Amino acid sequence: MGASYAAVVAQPLDAARIIADTLSPEDGAALLFWGVVRNENDGRAVTQLEYHAYEAMAERELLRIADEARERWGTGDIRVVHRVGLLEVGEASIAIAVAAPHRGEAYEASRYVIEQVKRRVPVWKREGYVEGAHEWVPGFTPAAG
Amino acid sequence: MIVRTLFFATYRDLAGTDELAVELPAGARVADLVRQLRAGGTALSSLPETPVVAVNMDYAPAATALRDGDEVALIPPVAGG
Repeated sequence: MGASYAAVVAQPLDAARIIADTLSPEDGAALLFWGVVRNENDGRAVTQLEYHAYEAMAERELLRIADEARERWGTGDIRVVHRVGLLEVGEASIAIAVAAPHRGEAYEASRYVIEQVKRRVPVWKREGYVEGAHEWVPGFTPAAG
Repeated sequence: MIVRTLFFATYRDLAGTDELAVELPAGARVADLVRQLRAGGTALSSLPETPVVAVNMDYAPAATALRDGDEVALIPPVAGG
């Protein structure tokens, strides 16, 4: 069975390295979910996004989510890396790499991880708009305990 | 007892700081901490009555009993990914 790995980092994400670190000889496939900053949200032009995290808890929660997905779908390694700080349009905010012997499990597990990240992981983002304003992006309310 | 209270995003904007050391009576629960913050006569009076809270990095209900030295984070709606 594989292992889970999670990190919150301030540096740009390296897709090739994240995939390579996740694969082992038992795997027949690896999927990379690559979440990037888009140039608009709700009809407003976005120039940059500033991500903040409760870093220690975010890493714990990412690890729990990866463990849940590995247990449920029997995948190999799952690696989740979330970036924080100021990101420009096109830069990656999250990478989720899932390795597995077969592709079906990898797709299911990858989808589960990103959906849970959006619901549970204590990360926030503030958008900067072309006209100069900055606003926190409305989010999901996690279940309390 | 004293609990370390952490604020993020919109709640940080209300608090004007990342964290506060809050003194509470023995036996206080999460709900008591929130009530005290809301009653302090600051912008924190705009906190929800029952914000999502994590105690020592686990999501915790409002009835959770607090202990001296606990780290209590007030978690506004999350927007990661």
